[in-house]
Amino acid sequence: MTTMELLTWVRGPGMTITIILMLFGIVVRLLEMLILGRKKDLSVARDPASAKYGWRTIMTRSLPSMACLKAVPVTFLTGYIFHIGLFLIVFFYVPHILFIRDLVGVEWSGLPFWVIDGATLLTMLAMLISLWYRISDKVRRYLSRFSDYFVWTITFLPVLTGYLLYHRQGLPYNEMMIVHLVTVQTFLISLPMTKLMHTFTFAFSRWYSGEAAGRKGVKV
Amino acid sequence: MTTSIQLGIEAFKQQIDAPIASFFNSCVHCGMCAGACLFYETTHDPKYTPINKLEPMRRVWKQEYTFWGRLANTLGISKPINDAYLDEWQELLYDSCTLCGRCSLVCPVGIDLVYMIRKAREGMVASGHAPEGLKGATSRAITIGSPMGVTMSTFKKQVQHAEDECGIKMPFDIQDADYLLIMSSAEIMQFSEFIGAMAKIFKHADVSWTFSSEAFEATNSGIQIGSSDLAAELVQRVVDAAENLNVKAVISPECGHAYTAIRWDGPNLIGRPYKFDVIHVLELLDQLRQEGKIQLEGLDTNKITFHDPCQIVRRGGITQEPRDLLNSVSSNFVEMPCSGKWNWCCGGGGGVSANSDADELRLKSFAIKKGQLDGAGAKTLVTSCSNCRNMLEDGIEEYEMDIEVVGLTELIADHIKE
Repeated sequence: MTTMELLTWVRGPGMTITIILMLFGIVVRLLEMLILGRKKDLSVARDPASAKYGWRTIMTRSLPSMACLKAVPVTFLTGYIFHIGLFLIVFFYVPHILFIRDLVGVEWSGLPFWVIDGATLLTMLAMLISLWYRISDKVRRYLSRFSDYFVWTITFLPVLTGYLLYHRQGLPYNEMMIVHLVTVQTFLISLPMTKLMHTFTFAFSRWYSGEAAGRKGVKV
Repeated sequence: MTTSIQLGIEAFKQQIDAPIASFFNSCVHCGMCAGACLFYETTHDPKYTPINKLEPMRRVWKQEYTFWGRLANTLGISKPINDAYLDEWQELLYDSCTLCGRCSLVCPVGIDLVYMIRKAREGMVASGHAPEGLKGATSRAITIGSPMGVTMSTFKKQVQHAEDECGIKMPFDIQDADYLLIMSSAEIMQFSEFIGAMAKIFKHADVSWTFSSEAFEATNSGIQIGSSDLAAELVQRVVDAAENLNVKAVISPECGHAYTAIRWDGPNLIGRPYKFDVIHVLELLDQLRQEGKIQLEGLDTNKITFHDPCQIVRRGGITQEPRDLLNSVSSNFVEMPCSGKWNWCCGGGGGVSANSDADELRLKSFAIKKGQLDGAGAKTLVTSCSNCRNMLEDGIEEYEMDIEVVGLTELIADHIKE
């Protein structure tokens, strides 16, 4: 198989298989969670329309908090930077938008290359600092397991290989494109099998907490 | 009570629901909950990071309710859950957690850690890994009627003493009264001035109320230790008393966990809504004040501050009422740093005060409260939970501070217009 044939397979059938596996995995993991159910609360709520507090918490836990910034500045800043950076890279880099358009038929405007380039550098820097902090800070080190470092690695690699690809570094373009696509596919297939699943479940956990507190009259 | 590791694992399994699965699925080990925990902040020992305390429950969830965990179980490569392992976690789930819920406020993915710790204790009880102090308190609550061993006869004697002191006859078993007042053992035995204060306020406001000869104890050790069966039995006593007397509402006294037990957990424990309302004494006092039924006089000018009991503010939603009441009797009320829902726990909630294994750690953690009190600079500390009051007095003595601790209800009673 030539490089071109491999690239054609990876970006064609390879990507289709990846996306099917990822979607199947996400559905299984969400069902596995939701099937456990939640008992109806029989106490009298202060505000019976407590669902709105769940939606509120989904939003408010994304807002910056000065108290958290002061308490854990490294986690706070690197967390914001690399989450926003990843979002911009995935959804606002023009070649990614075109790729998504080919998949689902929807497109939108991208950001200039220099913005994405800067976001990529900042994302990698924030991720490297967060890795250093996970290793050097005693609480993070104590909590961390293999899965935490694995997830960091498979998130970092697509960003790094994408950056090298754009700047024509490392390998010839087609080879680097294959490497980039394989790292992306590793990320996507791993998503439902690892802590990357928080991409979806965070909304559920925030909602459950916000609703439960809201019915007691506490906004969290 | 029969206990075994199998029963424990089964109890863990029964507690795991969709919210818990979403919490474990969402945790990325960022460690932000550590900084919100009283015990981590005063020791800087990472084992006290709240999410770490839930490791046994996470292990059960993974092994029983996830595809990969079940696969690992089948292949025999799962990490074991045995008595030695749970024994190691007893300190983390009991001695170093007051169920204060501060950690639940800071998690970026919204994990309600205290919801899980309360449930994880069910597995610990069923497997025989609860602290002796809490076992004793729960046993006394079930067999005698109170975790401190207070009997109905003792309660009635204390009421009699209070009647003699304040000169007000206190009603028992009044059918169709508006309110049934229940109390915590600490209020009955250690802070019995609460009884007279309530009688004085009720007389002044012309409130229809009663005690019951069937049930007086408001606290619920079953919830603190983590035994829903026993907790339900304790709640049922109050429910039976209230429904037999056909009262409109039960007044939850100045005790944080008692409020959580009767107001929020109770209906879920007995499996049905009540036929009466539950009102916290602070809500009632503020309501009476707003309706003009309580006339207050005299404003204290000495600087006072307020300790918000966790279960009343952060887990109970009562924040403004104590402040409005305090401002109606004081011209110099100041907030502590981190007040309201961000207040730090007294260190003795969630059964910690009944667990002597935790005494040393509890007193060490009081350093945070000392910092808050130093920040407020008040010589009078008001609170509205008898357990907090006990713990605060204990800590203040240990740290050789010159601060008086006062119950808010007594403070209001002292300012009733004669």
